Amino acid sequence: MYVAAKGGERAIRNAQALLAEARRGDPAVPELSLEQIRQQLRLAVDRVMNEGSVYDPELAALALRQASGDMVEAIFLLRAYRATLPRLGYTAPVDTARMRLWRRISATFKDLPGGQVLGPTCDYTQRLLDFSSESSLQPSAETEKTHEAMPRVVDLLGNEGLIEPQEPPPGDPDPCDLTREPLSFPASRAARLQNLARGDEGFLLAMGYSTQRGYAHSHPFAGEIRYGMVEVELVPEELGFPVVIGEIALTECQMVNQFHGSKSQPPQFTRGYGLAFGHSERKCMAMALVDRALRAEELGEAVSAPAQQQEFVLSHSDCLEASGFVQHLKLPHYVDFQAELELVRKMR
Amino acid sequence: MRDTNYNFGYLDERTKRMIRRAILKAVAIPGFQVPFGSREMPLPYGWGTGGVQVTASVIGPRDVLKVIDQGADDTVNAVNIRSFFARTTGVATTERTTEATLIQTRHRIPETPLAEGQILVYQVPVPEPMQRLEPREAETRRMHALADYGLMHVKLYEDIARYGRVSTTYDYPVMVEGRYLMAPSPIPKFDNPKMHMSPALQLFGAGREKRIYALPPYTRVESLAFDDHPFQVQRWSQPCALCGARDSYLDEMLTDDRGGRMFVCSDTDYCSERRSRKEAA
Repeated sequence: MYVAAKGGERAIRNAQALLAEARRGDPAVPELSLEQIRQQLRLAVDRVMNEGSVYDPELAALALRQASGDMVEAIFLLRAYRATLPRLGYTAPVDTARMRLWRRISATFKDLPGGQVLGPTCDYTQRLLDFSSESSLQPSAETEKTHEAMPRVVDLLGNEGLIEPQEPPPGDPDPCDLTREPLSFPASRAARLQNLARGDEGFLLAMGYSTQRGYAHSHPFAGEIRYGMVEVELVPEELGFPVVIGEIALTECQMVNQFHGSKSQPPQFTRGYGLAFGHSERKCMAMALVDRALRAEELGEAVSAPAQQQEFVLSHSDCLEASGFVQHLKLPHYVDFQAELELVRKMR
Repeated sequence: MRDTNYNFGYLDERTKRMIRRAILKAVAIPGFQVPFGSREMPLPYGWGTGGVQVTASVIGPRDVLKVIDQGADDTVNAVNIRSFFARTTGVATTERTTEATLIQTRHRIPETPLAEGQILVYQVPVPEPMQRLEPREAETRRMHALADYGLMHVKLYEDIARYGRVSTTYDYPVMVEGRYLMAPSPIPKFDNPKMHMSPALQLFGAGREKRIYALPPYTRVESLAFDDHPFQVQRWSQPCALCGARDSYLDEMLTDDRGGRMFVCSDTDYCSERRSRKEAA
């Protein structure tokens, strides 16, 4: 007698036991500590915090270990946990001009107030596998690590009126919160930037890259990339003044793009913007390119390329939505397949 | 035993209230897709997060929960969702359709007719019936507002012109109370007639797409058709090999590699109920 897929419960328990075993590996090898992951896999931790939309390196490290290093799975764990947290309030906007900097570069000016600060970057290294990694970890005692706040490059351009001003929308309304309200189209720039900030890095990279290859070219220059610590302030209602509740590491990219002019306005450069937790330059730069591409309609440009189409970009940027729906094809579909089978037989 | 590390039903009370408001609106406008602030659940998108959020928001301590996938209680994802609610709510669970007050389903409506007071929660992958024809949501929203469903009628007409019949076999579009075009979720069209004038409350949750819609009890639900091409459901030439039912949806099982196959009920509760009644007789 045929018994259809019985014993699902026991099979799931067995699969979970196998997973736990595979995750741990050889028990003779010590388990990774969360501190090791935070310290030595910091960029992985940063990515999990970004797409997981929680600034908590400890939880991100925990998620990474539990997910065996699978980024999307770690992001998933963090987001599911995040959904259970109450929303206590909203912090005041952070001011990246007051960032204490580890790194700040501009590709548009050779020198500028504050100078170019390379900081901890692998940009100018030769990507050779280093078989003696311990020796290369000798700290350089000489170099100064953090730098005091420096003016933003776009503000220097802005003082001359050469770049479009970026003012809050009339009335300075509270931005929407995509973790509380669903995205609706057309989406405001605030909603788009939120979506991109938690968007999949690989997806944004490919979309940004496509704009450099003729699909919505925008003549970008990396006006400035900065990475450092900013203070986060909350204004408690009963106090009425801001209180610093902590510091977070951020990467910001200000892209300076193709200029625009009109009958009423002299030609000006336009902007694309990227912001992410931790040290996430690739993500920020890609985000800035996509942000600029998505402004096509607002700037009166033809909307023809995928990166310019809001619904295309914003509906497909989330790694969890994409991963879940692609992989749901693993679930049984035999009822639907039976319906198709019956139809194909009838049509033959 | 309820896991007290999490709130009853996993979601916090404010989130449940937001979802219940969306459900109330959906019930007030049958077939209309209500956007809601879908949360990340501990299951992947596409695996029932919408249904799980709806169930989590309406479930109470005295509910009796049944979860099915492909009509069966013992498929892996149904088992997983049932154990999720057993863990986060501690409610009683059942495999019997008649005992359940709340049924979460993927891809089927139980064969046993539902009764007043029961709630059927559908897991919905794609809430927009016209998404495959027009991917831009701003456009489909406008079509719903104007009740402009020509696009779908043309699609069905082209099917008939090309294949001699409508080639949609599951997620077959329905018209609700003569107003809103609605995706019934990927149930086989065999199940569509069960939605019409059902005494149960039917709730549809799409987590990834962040939409909820509903059919209040006794709502008119008509599958799209043409006068000269009436709507028809699947029929099998043989009965269920296990219980002999001729009125149920059958799954095809391959029994060997020489073309051997048998057909059995997809609804495992319906099939086993019939068999135990036969044995008792």
